[in-house]
Amino acid sequence: MIGATPVPKIAVRGVEKSFGEKRVLDGIDIACGAGESLVVIGGSGTGKSVLVKCILGLMRPEAGSIRIDGVETVGIGRAARAALMRRFGMLFQGSALFDSLSVWENVAFGLTQGRGMPRQEAREIAFEKLASVGLGPEVGALAPAELSGGMQKRVALARAIAAEPEILFFDEPTTGLDPIMADVINDLIIDRVRGLGATAISITHDMASARKIADRIAMLYRGRIIWQGPTSEIDCSNNPYVDQFVNGRAEGPITMEVRAA
Amino acid sequence: MIAFLASVGVVFLAFLEATGRLVLFAGRALAAGFAPPFYPRLILRQIVYMGYYSLPVVGLTALFTGMVLALQSYTGFARFNAEGAVATVVVLSVTRELGPVIAGLMVAGRVGAAMAAEIGTMRVTEQIDALTTLSTDPMRYLVLPRLLAGLVTLPVLVLVADIIGVFGGFLVGTYKLNFNPANYLTQTEQYLETMDVVSGLVKAAVFGFLVALMGCYHGYHSRGGAEGVGQATTYAVVSASILILLFNYFLTQAFFA
Repeated sequence: MIGATPVPKIAVRGVEKSFGEKRVLDGIDIACGAGESLVVIGGSGTGKSVLVKCILGLMRPEAGSIRIDGVETVGIGRAARAALMRRFGMLFQGSALFDSLSVWENVAFGLTQGRGMPRQEAREIAFEKLASVGLGPEVGALAPAELSGGMQKRVALARAIAAEPEILFFDEPTTGLDPIMADVINDLIIDRVRGLGATAISITHDMASARKIADRIAMLYRGRIIWQGPTSEIDCSNNPYVDQFVNGRAEGPITMEVRAA
Repeated sequence: MIAFLASVGVVFLAFLEATGRLVLFAGRALAAGFAPPFYPRLILRQIVYMGYYSLPVVGLTALFTGMVLALQSYTGFARFNAEGAVATVVVLSVTRELGPVIAGLMVAGRVGAAMAAEIGTMRVTEQIDALTTLSTDPMRYLVLPRLLAGLVTLPVLVLVADIIGVFGGFLVGTYKLNFNPANYLTQTEQYLETMDVVSGLVKAAVFGFLVALMGCYHGYHSRGGAEGVGQATTYAVVSASILILLFNYFLTQAFFA
């Protein structure tokens, strides 16, 4: 019996993106199945964030195709993009919490502003989501600036999951955190993604985080995916670039551009 | 010669490109106002911030401008025995020109810079991207309320500035230059026409829009961390100030030439 190949939740084909002379994405091909947690690893400045922003529609690629559930999303209209955004949740690298709003208003923002939910109802959901990431109701009234980095990440995670999206994106979720807090965030990500049954794409250069939250890992180097496979195979990839990155060695095929001042 | 023409061409094309971007930006923001959701609370907040909190600085500037104007015109007009025109000169200068221009420049320095810094910081900390991912159009949520607030608030500020400026002239005229208060007020009112005040208020609406547009535009397109935000703030104030003076000339020509 021949079964039909399932349509990937997210399929990226031949995506190219340049900034001036610099080609950041040079024909990216990657796919992520429904309910899968894909982690894209790679050094700083290799275009990981640009890839996620292209999938989200925050940047428009110059070439290639990005399909969500088999539907092309590059070049779609404003209304279709807005509808698509309602299916996404995003945790930004620097948390990107709104300074002018309290913590609970940040968490409820997508519900009140994006979906027109009554403020009181959204407030109750916001406190529920804050509790799900381990933050008590007393945190809700604080301003984001009054929180530690780890707490800000938790609030950002609560905001990303508040509207219970189908697809979650995590941009460097553990950067700037101590190892214990990083592990707490990793556990929360796994718990929340599984709890929602969501598809997740994360980008990181923190290998401990990648190993923990990924079902599958892909490595981005010089604008291309040079390796991808199950997390269990990352240590036996037989790819010298992946080996060097995973083991954090200065010697190897990946050379850092270091210029004397 | 060709190299010179080429460099002039490059500058001219860059100017056209920048103008086109600015017009498209303003068009996108205004177009966002024709479809829900609307944010009346945000517009009100911007009006309070732009208007109420700018009152002290605009009022003080208008007061001293009116006072200096009375003093200067008196010393000038005394040379050909025309001291009686002081009150008329003060009220016409303040309502037609100095009220809107000085209020516009003050608001550009106070509010335009703050807008560019706030939106610029939101840009470099990815808060604007976060708005988009939370299904909120940044043009509708951030830019449009500021543009509308600028359009509505500056005329009100200028009306207050006009009154305070004329009052400054009255104070100097009556207490220092020994004009009869009743005569001074009669002179003030005698030659003042509705068009003098209305033209100033129209100018103020245009200046308010320009200040908000420059603040939002430069903030929205800022890049590269704190330095980029600082640059955006400078550009916002400088470009708004230049545009105010430029548009002041064209509007004056349209109203009175």
